[in-house]
Amino acid sequence: MPKHLISIHDFSKEEILRVLSLAAEFEKNPSRPLFSDKVIASIFFEPSTRTRLSFETAANRLGARVIGFSDAGNTSVTKGETLKDTIKMVSNYADLIVMRHPLEGSARYASEVSSVPVINAGDGANQHPSQTLLDLYSILKTQGRLDNLKINMVGDLKYGRTVHSLLQAMSHFNPTFRFTSPEELRMPAEYKEYLNEKGIPFEESSNLEDGISDTDILYMTRVQRERFTDAIEYERVKNIYSLQGNMLTETRPNMKILHPLPRINEIAQDVDNSEHAYYFEQAGNGVYTRMAIITMLLGVNQL
Amino acid sequence: MPAMEKHLKVSAIKNGTVLDHIPADQLFKVIDILGLSKSENQITFGTNLESKLLGKKSIIKISDKYFEDYEINRIALIAPQAKINIIHNFEVVEKRILSVPSQIRGIARCMNPACITNHQPIETIFTTVEGSDELKLLCHYCEKVTDEKNLKIISNF
Repeated sequence: MPKHLISIHDFSKEEILRVLSLAAEFEKNPSRPLFSDKVIASIFFEPSTRTRLSFETAANRLGARVIGFSDAGNTSVTKGETLKDTIKMVSNYADLIVMRHPLEGSARYASEVSSVPVINAGDGANQHPSQTLLDLYSILKTQGRLDNLKINMVGDLKYGRTVHSLLQAMSHFNPTFRFTSPEELRMPAEYKEYLNEKGIPFEESSNLEDGISDTDILYMTRVQRERFTDAIEYERVKNIYSLQGNMLTETRPNMKILHPLPRINEIAQDVDNSEHAYYFEQAGNGVYTRMAIITMLLGVNQL
Repeated sequence: MPAMEKHLKVSAIKNGTVLDHIPADQLFKVIDILGLSKSENQITFGTNLESKLLGKKSIIKISDKYFEDYEINRIALIAPQAKINIIHNFEVVEKRILSVPSQIRGIARCMNPACITNHQPIETIFTTVEGSDELKLLCHYCEKVTDEKNLKIISNF
């Protein structure tokens, strides 16, 4: 078992499955004060609502005390303290560190200077592995399996870190992919090469409607404004996909719509009441998954 | 071959290492990477010399100095076609072929402006990406690839 969770590809298939089975145990009984003698540091150098609250909820449900900050603005970082020094200090106080930082690679570096386990809660546009694990948990829970599923990823496939990590994680389970995106936001060549090497089939399309009826998972993502240098181009593609309730008439009965949230216009409000909508439950699964990750990194492998 | 020697632009050394066929514009980077500015050895070099292969080349001759593979392979990043000759008693006794090391520490800069290594005092670590003709370096930290045309060398010396 790795000591840290930095990138999803640090975890083997078996380790992923172990996290998911622990998460299922926590969902059955979420209040398990296993770590009432532990202190967990939650250090967020940039703002986050969902991820931070979900990690802190997970820590509290495990009985741990939580220290930390949600904004680097009122810490020694403003005095010029290096990340190394902050991590050295915090790892003397806490038994585990949950960190979000705007710079890419910061989490890997933190894990190298920390004496306690580090969980990457997002390092810039690079990795966000706990999101991937909760996505997998949501897929497993709704489909009853991870193997042999058809997954349609929609939206910004070029810059979206969640789709890249999910693609890597799902590649253990013999999936079939469809990539739905505008021309300028296609899945990068390196990921398509990765799938070709593994013999995993995929198709690319710019049409959303055609890819809804024959998929098990519809993984929607937001087109992020900050990725565009050209404002006109952003305006052109920002609303290119908008999933509407009336588009869900001929879906597979087991089909679920996932979205890492926050959503803007890519899923219309009238989809929320559909039996296929799963994105709010998906966010809720984050707490159980993060309880499982914390538990494993603190050295407990079964309950 | 004493008859040839009088034509040499950079005079021969008795013992040591000759680095030939360095692209002329990479000479000072090679000097940096090998730490030659701090060397106590006798060093002669020439640059902007004519070369059929490169147009303009540089050559460095270092007396009484022999590099380990891991040291000399560092210059494969910027001068992959360089020829390394080991000299004993004015004769070339060994020719070494450069090969790009599988892991590269502290020589190259990551091209990703948001990478932690470009903001904090951290030594860069890359692994070379296999299966490509072009040099591609995968950053150990931000997991982005820096390719040959964006490769910048960090000067440590």
